[in-house]
This record gives sequence, C-alpha cells and structure tokens, in this order.
Amino acid sequence: MATLAEPQAASTDDAFREEVRAFIEKNFPPELKGKGNALASVEGPTQEGPAEKAWREAMGARGWGVPTWPKEYGGGGLTRKQAHILNEEMAKAGAYNPIGGMGVMMFGPTLLEYGSEEQKREHIPPIARGEIRWCQGYSEPNAGSDLANLQTFAEDKGDHYLVNGQKTWTSGGQWADKCFAIVRTDRSDKHNGISFMLIDMKDPGVEVRPIQMISGMSPFCETFFTDVKVPKKNLVGKEGQGWTIGKRLLQHERTNLSGGGSMARLMGNALSDIAKKYLETDENGELADKVMRDRIADFEIRWQSFLLTAKRAVEESKAAGGVSEISSVLKKLGTKLGQERAELLIEIQGLQGLGWEGEGFSDSELSGVRAWLFGKATTIYGGSTEIQNNIIAKRVLGMLDHQ
Amino acid sequence: MAILNEEQEMLRDMARNWTTSESPVAAWRKVRSEKPVEGYSPDAWKTMAEMGWAGIVIPEPFGGSEFGWLSAGLVVEELGKTLTASPLVATTLAASAIVLGGSDEQKGKWLPKLASGERVGTLAFDEGPRHDGRYSAKVEGGKLTGTKAFVHEAHGATLFVVAAADGLYLVEKGDGVSLSDRKLTDQRSHAEVTFNGAAAEKLTGGGDTLLDDVLDRARILTAAEMLGMAQQVFDVTLDYLKQRVQFNQVLASFQALQHRMADLFGDLAMMRSAVEGGLEALDSGFGIARAATVAKAEANRVLHTMSREGIQLHGGIGMTDEYDVGFYLKRARVLEASWGSTSYLRNRFATLAGY
Ligand SMILES: Cc1cc2nc3c(=O)[nH]c(=O)nc-3n(C[C@H](O)[C@H](O)[C@H](O)COP(=O)(O)OP(=O)(O)OC[C@H]3O[C@@H](n4cnc5c(N)ncnc54)[C@H](O)[C@@H]3O)c2cc1C
Repeated sequence: MATLAEPQAASTDDAFREEVRAFIEKNFPPELKGKGNALASVEGPTQEGPAEKAWREAMGARGWGVPTWPKEYGGGGLTRKQAHILNEEMAKAGAYNPIGGMGVMMFGPTLLEYGSEEQKREHIPPIARGEIRWCQGYSEPNAGSDLANLQTFAEDKGDHYLVNGQKTWTSGGQWADKCFAIVRTDRSDKHNGISFMLIDMKDPGVEVRPIQMISGMSPFCETFFTDVKVPKKNLVGKEGQGWTIGKRLLQHERTNLSGGGSMARLMGNALSDIAKKYLETDENGELADKVMRDRIADFEIRWQSFLLTAKRAVEESKAAGGVSEISSVLKKLGTKLGQERAELLIEIQGLQGLGWEGEGFSDSELSGVRAWLFGKATTIYGGSTEIQNNIIAKRVLGMLDHQ
Repeated sequence: MAILNEEQEMLRDMARNWTTSESPVAAWRKVRSEKPVEGYSPDAWKTMAEMGWAGIVIPEPFGGSEFGWLSAGLVVEELGKTLTASPLVATTLAASAIVLGGSDEQKGKWLPKLASGERVGTLAFDEGPRHDGRYSAKVEGGKLTGTKAFVHEAHGATLFVVAAADGLYLVEKGDGVSLSDRKLTDQRSHAEVTFNGAAAEKLTGGGDTLLDDVLDRARILTAAEMLGMAQQVFDVTLDYLKQRVQFNQVLASFQALQHRMADLFGDLAMMRSAVEGGLEALDSGFGIARAATVAKAEANRVLHTMSREGIQLHGGIGMTDEYDVGFYLKRARVLEASWGSTSYLRNRFATLAGY
C-alpha cells in the first residue's frame, strides 16, 4: 500500500508546487522582491502602496496568508506539507507573507478553538484577508508576570458589559481596530473570575497613550477603558473561563515568538557571512580575529541546534495534537539566542553597528541598532524568561512551588 | 574598594555630592533634548573645571593638582553613575599624552589650559569603527592629513591628539580640520574628523611605547566610567526588586532573582578590583599594559551583563524611555567598542602573556 501511496502523494505535492509558482508569477509584484520588514509589526502600519495592496488582496483571497486555517473561515485549508511548499516557493521568489500580526499569530488560533460559530464567521475572515488589526489587552500596571492579578472590571448590565480599568504595554494599541482582552467579572475569585472578551478600539471610552521605548519607537500604549460598552456577543467562551482561554492564547504567542519561522526571518543572513564583510580575513579566507571566530562559531552551533529543536518540537507536538508546554522551552531558548545574535552583530560591526541616526550609517546598520534594542523585550513579553523557567520547573518537571 | 587617603575621600565625596545634587540623570535628559553643540552642558563643564577635576593627572607646575589616576578614576566613576555628559575623560587623556610625550614648551603651552578647562582636548586615534592599533594618517612638512572615525567629544574639543603612522601629534581645531557628525545610540558627541593639511606638532618624548601608554590610560579611565555605570545599574535594579510587588510578594523575595543579584554582585566586585588595579598600576608605573587589558576586558564583560540584566529585571518598564536603565545599555555598548572590544582585549591579553 505504502509503496503505491507515496509516489501519488509526491505527484500531488508537485502539482501543488506548480500551482503556487503560477500564482506567485501572476500575482507577486516584482518590485516588492525582498521587502517585508521584520520589524513591521512593531513599527506600525507602513504606507500600503498599490503593489502591496494588490499582493495582500491576492494572498487574502486564497487564504494563503493563513494557509492551514479552515477554508470555510477564509483560510487556505492547506496541509502542513503544502504550507511548507508555499513558504519555500515564496522564499525562492523573494516574496513574503503580507498577512500577519497578533490576529494571525495568537488570536485566530484561539478563537478557532474556543469561539462560537457566529464569532468565527464574524472575526476570522477579516484576519485571513489582513483587513483588521488586533491588539492584546492583557497586562496592567500591577498585573505583569502576575497576570491573573488584573483589575480591569466588566460589570454585567444585562445585554452588555460595562468595562472600566487600565491596560498597559498594549503593543500597536494606537493602530488597532480591536482588542482581545482579559478582564475581571468576579472580584472574589482570582483565576475563575476572569473573562475573555473582544473590545472595539473605536468605541467611546477607549483611550490610548503611546509610550516611548528605549529604541526610540513608540509602538506600545497605555490603554484606558472608561464606561466602555461591550455587547454580550463579544464574550468568548463562558464567563469565568477567561484564564483558561487566555493561557491557551499565550501558548500560541510563545510558539510564535520563539518560532523557527519569525525568528529565522528576523535573523537574516548567517553571522559568519556578515562578519566576513566587516572583519579582516586571512589568506585562507578565514576570520583573522580568532577570538571573534570562536565566538561566532559558538553561536552558530547553538543556533543550528535550536532550529533543530524547534523543528523536532513542532513535529512532536503535532503528533501529540496541538501546542504544548514545550513552547516555554522554545521561547526561553529562542529569545535568548536572538538577543545574543544582535549583541554579536554590533560587536562585529564595532562603532559602525551603533548608529542612531543621520550620516555615515547604512539602513541595515541603523535598523540593526533598533532591532537590538527592541529585542531586549523578547525575554520580557509573552511571559518573561523567568516565568517560562517557573512553568518548566513546575508544570514540566514537576518541581515544587516555593513555600 | 581601594584604600583611599583623606584627600581622595574628600575628592570622591565632593564628586558624589555634586553629581547627585547638580548632575543627576535628569541633567543628561536635559542635554539630550536641548542638544547643545558640544554635546554637554558648558556650565556643568565650567563647574567641573573650577573644582579642579580637569587637572587631576597634570603636574602642579603646569596648573594641575597631580592627585593621580586613582583620584581621576574616582571622579570619573561618579560621573558614570549619573551619565553626566562631559569631556572630562577625553581632556584628561589628551593631557596625559602631553605629560608623557610633550616637550617642556608643549607642556607649558597646553597643560595649564587643559587643567583649567579653558581648552577641551581629545584623542583622535582609530580610523575605522574598531580599534585595531593601525594608523595611516601622515604628516609632511608639519601638515597632517588623514581621517579619524568616531572621535569622542569631538564637538567641544579644540585640541586633538592625533595618532599618525610615525607617532602622536597635536592639532588645533581650525584650518584643515573638519567634523562630520556620527550620531551613536548613546547620543553623546562623536564625529568623524578629517585633517586636511592641518598644522601639526609632534610629541617627541615618551619613547617607543607612547601610543600604547596613552591607549592604556584610555582603557583604564574608560573602564572607570563603566564601573560607575555598572554600579548604578546594580543599585537601581536592587532597589526596584525590593519594591515591585507581583504574586503578592516583593520580587526581591524570589530566590531565582536573589541568586541572579548575588551573581551580579560577585561580578561587580571583580570589575571594581580590575578597574582599581588598572588605576593603581598607572600611579605606581608597574605592569600597566596587562592591568589595562584586564581592567577594560572585565569592564566590558561585567557592564555588558549588568546592562542586559538591568533591563530584564525591570521587566516592561525597563524598555521605556521614561526609565533610566536603558540609557546605560546604550552608552555601555559604545564604551565597550572603544579602545578595544572584548575580542581585541582577549587577543591582546594572550599576546602580552606570550601564548
Ligand atoms: C515591547 C513589549 C510589548 C508588550 N506588548 C504587550 C501587549 O501587546 N499586550 C499586553 O497585554 N502586554 C504586553 N507587554 C507586557 C508584558 O507581557 C509584560 O511586560 C510582562 O508580562 C512582564 O510584566 P512586567 O513588565 O510587569 O514585569 P514584572 O512582572 O514586574 O517583572 C519584573 C522582573 O521580575 C521577574 N519576575 C516576576 N515574577 C517572577 C517570579 N515569580 N519568579 C522569578 N522572576 C519573576 C520578571 O521575569 C522580570 O524579569 C509587552 C511588553 C513589552 C516590553
């Protein structure tokens, strides 16, 4: 049987590959080749020209921006194998996925699992078409790592909730159309008093104040809710189920933040290739500075091992059905390596790698500096490294809580 | 902490009082937003000079106090703590080059002006973004030509100590000297300086090792600034952990964080010893090259870790411009890359030790 099935599967894959090539050939505007900014999600909406718009709409219409999501809600309905082929072909053509953000990375998968049929039909398709930006209303001034300590309160008013409180560090809050938030519906129970609801950022009573970061960008906000009316249909799951749903979303967030995919894109070229441009080489074409060579090799070896680990984890969790606790391990490792790489990169470039603005620096040098600074957040948000360590120690290794 | 004599204690206390009351980080924020051409507050510099800080390593006959390098380091450390923008380090280094290599006439002409703060000096050495000890700038018929990359405090400087292929030269700001801004992440004064047939006077004393001797002073004094920065990040972070409550407990009660702070405390002790060791080597005149390499390499290592941990342990707030801790991260990398990156210094240490 197997011998018969295999060639057949291969030929359908080949056919799919042909289909993808033809699609890219027809729809991908060549002037966008190699674009796709790794920091786009933090730098806010870039000017969308006609070419960008056409590409987004073409991908959106196929559902290929979210290739494995179900077709009935606007996804691509592809198998993982096909999604992989799609990525490969896009990379070959210098094309990129124009559809992303928190809706794709974390909210969509969570709503597919916990949302009502009506909610899925309303919210998933616009995400799949890249028409709607979502932000995450989780953290509060006194609810960071201790997220369940949140105080924003939603009072039951019959047909709607009345929401009051303050969120903070809301990434992209000033550009978002909607917010998935966890709020308190019961003050007497820390974890079971939390509900997951969807808030329209354009509603009266929602106010955002951007916060400036050390990288000079202001992509996150303090968000204030004053008597904001949230219709009951925007409650996801049951009242009091918010902590469970919210945590599942965090698993998706972690997987994405550590992820082979987005991380690798942020990583760009191998450090060794960059080093050869900035540092001297000897007659054998090897880096002359032996200490630097050793440190780059040390990094690249660990980075390869991480990529293999990420791949293995994806395969294993797929086999076991869905996201898993391993997401904590990946997030901890991937974000640390990302930071190490950024630090090594600026060390390789010397002072040339520390430009802030103005003359004398290339675009990639300047954006490297911002990415290095912004990257310091990756071990803080989405559950800090310390919190991942606590999760690993307690939930994965079964070690005891501190008494 | 090194054992200080009474004079040194007074100097340190004076510096500490002044930085805490007159030049806290808020003063740096003001400089950053007002953007004076020099890159520092001229008033603050005037005050520092009046307190005698610019003359600490300059002999008394030339207007200095000759308190020595440990004393200079104490002041620079305090300035590092509050990120006070000033050309004190650059001017001290320029003066030290003249002390080591200048003729009596050159000393008589320049040192009093540097000691009084009337003139700001700086070193113009490296020609690329990394320190590599190679200089191609040339002097013919008393005219210097060459380009120097990333000169610290170039905007306020009127006297450049320039490394050329055959030694060190003094060049005054003026004809044949032009600046082009290089805005680095620390937002302090840095520029590419081009000398195009600028009048140059050689420092003929100091022997074959003059360049290395000046560089070692640069490494050690820079390490002293880094020590102040590391100490401050540590102190501020410890305070923050003692007051921030999560999970109904102050963060300082979590053992995972206690051990991290304990590790950093150990590292800070090593950095302090390495830096003070460097300063003391300069004062005694023994084992300077090795001590300078150890001082800057440890400063690089520990401040690197400290500046990262400072942000991480502050959590989201550490990422905001409103909190000071990010400033230290940005300044740290600029100083790390100056006068020898970590890899340069490790290679140098091995070379000096003969392996
Ligand atoms: C760039 C950026 C973007 C963000 N985007 C969003 C967003 O879009 N939406 C949103 O809701 N939130 C967002 N956040 C907030 C982020 O999730 C929080 O910053 C994070 O959860 C940490 O909380 P905190 O900042 O309050 O730090 P704290 O909880 O105060 O932690 C401070 C330090 O103590 C450590 N710590 C805390 N508790 C423990 C413990 N029990 N054991 C050991 N160590 C501990 C932490 O790991 C950290 O190092 C963002 C943050 C950043 C920096």
